[in-house]
Amino acid sequence: MSTFTLGGIHPPEHKELACNAVIEVCKAPQRAVVPLSQHIGAPCKSLVEVGQRVLAGQLIGNPEGFVSAPVHASIAGKVTSIEAFPAPIGRMVPSIVIENDKSDEWTPLEDDPNYLERAADVLKGRIKAAGIVGMGGATFPTVVKLSPPKEKKIDAVIINGAECEPFLTADHRLMLESPREVVEGLKILMKVLELDRGYIGIEENKPDAIEKIKNAASNDKNIEVWTLLTKYPQGAEKMLIKSILNREVPAGGLPMDIGVVVQNVGTAYAIYEACRNGKPLVERVVSVTGPGVTTPKNLRARIGTPVSQLLETCGGLRSGAVKVISGGPMMGFAIYDLDTPVTKGTSGIVAMEDKDIVHRTKFNHCIRCGRCVEACPMGLMPLMLSLYSEKALYADARDYHLFDCFECGSCAYVCPSKRPIVQQIRLAKTMVKP
Amino acid sequence: MEINKQGPKQELIVSVSPHISSEETVPRIMWTVSISLIPALVMGIYYFGPRAVYVTALCIIGSMLSEWFVQRLAGKEITLTDGSAFLTGLLLGLNMPSTIPFYIALVASFVSVGITKQLFGGLGYNIFNPALIGRAFALITWPRAMTTWAVPDAQFLAINAKTTATPLGILKEEGMGKLLELFGDKLSLYKELLLGHRAGSLGETSMIAILIGAAFLVYRRYISLRIPLSFLATVAVGAWIFGGKGGLFTGDPIVHLLSGGLMLGAFFMATDYVTCPTVSRGQILFGIGCGFLTILIRLKAGYPEGVMFAILIMNCFAPLIDRNFRTSIFGAKKAATNT
Repeated sequence: MSTFTLGGIHPPEHKELACNAVIEVCKAPQRAVVPLSQHIGAPCKSLVEVGQRVLAGQLIGNPEGFVSAPVHASIAGKVTSIEAFPAPIGRMVPSIVIENDKSDEWTPLEDDPNYLERAADVLKGRIKAAGIVGMGGATFPTVVKLSPPKEKKIDAVIINGAECEPFLTADHRLMLESPREVVEGLKILMKVLELDRGYIGIEENKPDAIEKIKNAASNDKNIEVWTLLTKYPQGAEKMLIKSILNREVPAGGLPMDIGVVVQNVGTAYAIYEACRNGKPLVERVVSVTGPGVTTPKNLRARIGTPVSQLLETCGGLRSGAVKVISGGPMMGFAIYDLDTPVTKGTSGIVAMEDKDIVHRTKFNHCIRCGRCVEACPMGLMPLMLSLYSEKALYADARDYHLFDCFECGSCAYVCPSKRPIVQQIRLAKTMVKP
Repeated sequence: MEINKQGPKQELIVSVSPHISSEETVPRIMWTVSISLIPALVMGIYYFGPRAVYVTALCIIGSMLSEWFVQRLAGKEITLTDGSAFLTGLLLGLNMPSTIPFYIALVASFVSVGITKQLFGGLGYNIFNPALIGRAFALITWPRAMTTWAVPDAQFLAINAKTTATPLGILKEEGMGKLLELFGDKLSLYKELLLGHRAGSLGETSMIAILIGAAFLVYRRYISLRIPLSFLATVAVGAWIFGGKGGLFTGDPIVHLLSGGLMLGAFFMATDYVTCPTVSRGQILFGIGCGFLTILIRLKAGYPEGVMFAILIMNCFAPLIDRNFRTSIFGAKKAATNT
């Protein structure tokens, strides 16, 4: 079983809550809130005006920089306002509000059964136009990953099917129900990057998905399906590359520095839809799960659907639910408003009851037990980052490789003193320059 | 703003990820380590009788009272339930001769928890192992009382307990010959040492009991073997090379391993999270340092036993070791070759 070498943890997986729930289509919302920034990078500029009618799939936000991605209307209807709404990460983001006119009228989509015969640039153009971003949660614009500088030669592309976050099952279901589309997405990526080698990595806790994907990829000798040890954070880009290719992304570097591109399963599916059907990224699979949800489900939801509607579709929150997380419990963001919309990066909505979550408002001294050092997949010393940040010695924290931390949360998970290590690290990152 | 127009909302808890945590807590660690010391305590009571109970109980009570008293005085939160004061008291008790006058046990407890731990900032901030400082203070202040060892014959009416010397003391003063004379042959010497049927601090004598507790901690992954093994190996090698009277490489490493406070110290004191290094390579160096100082004191210094001072001296170096033996980070080698 392949895995990464340093650190890693084994939190309870709780995948059983939703892993058998077939993906259901969530009703298009009465009012969709489409944020103009659903990606890392520059926000989009609105192309529509209040009062204007838009069709589903219509381009409504244009990117304003290289690292950016366009946004499209997810439903047909009238633009009622353009204003700031809470995004899952907590910030207020300018968003286009569309009132559904129930027509579900789409912009004409260009079908192309022979997509694999198209030139790399054509396919790349479709991926760019469809507004595809990394759908595992990081929301890095996909086309940027596919456009490395000339001197960085890419020689491998990996589809990330690890889904190592507890509770989440969206990628799992997608691999089970649409294995062919996922594999086709990988083939498109290989075509765009002019590669003859593609990999799909899946944690061993999803044997059914591994089998389906293996079958779907069986007629292509250039695609390898890898079974990975179930260990968090197996799905982190750097860990996944280490597990499959045994290459280490240099500290401070990017996967492209060692010739690798990693894309999430959901992203591969979206790439297929964009290149085959000409469909922009206006919907995605979201796991709505956790002990605080009445009936956990996997929903195919339009971007802009309020979280409250997803929860209602799943029978609502249980009375004990006190926390709703956008994403998984290890790296996801706790949302404060159930009207927060689903965005391109919303892999899951996890509702937790009080007994399931940790309270770090009151924490103890560090006892230097070293559990965080053993858990850190980056080989850092989280206790030092935590202690220096606590004492406002941010520059000292930087000397302990503050900026190599990608905030997977393994350290805080294992900390017996329940110290808010990730929070302290984030604070330190805002207080010093890399 | 529109979001505020829809009336009262459900209040949700918002905090930074990760939102879940392992079951491990500081109290659970402290109480688990305390439990792992039960075999050693039981054997201490078996060999040294009721006084073993009194001394240990007094050390625990004294430690917890000191914690309460100083925290109260400093206006801090009282943290008696986290088990750390209990554990320090228990360890201190196990490191005391059963014959010790009760007031010494109480004073040593105060030095341990009140001064060494609380006055340095409480759990996590102490430089030295609290129980060992308490013991060191007592040993220096009351050298006679701290080196008066009861004969391990479970005197349940321990009024006129007979006293004797520890095997390490005999080894130092009179040599291996005398030890063999007292215990019969080598095999029965090893056997008695393993079981703990010898004079010494009340919880340090039974190697079997200590190793059972240590195995439990290792199994539960509360301690790693890096410090104990490097510590023990260094002592064994040092004893073998320099420990014999007949020249180099004639020493008996087994007697050194099974005597004194070495096992208790290596598994339960040197591994104290707060006062040992956190990075694995540093831990090995720390263990080697402890072993080297132990054998140096045992063979060359005035005291027959050196584990306590060895660990305390190495405690001073722990922050320095941590500073110089950092982890090697993911992707670091690659970055070095690129630049």
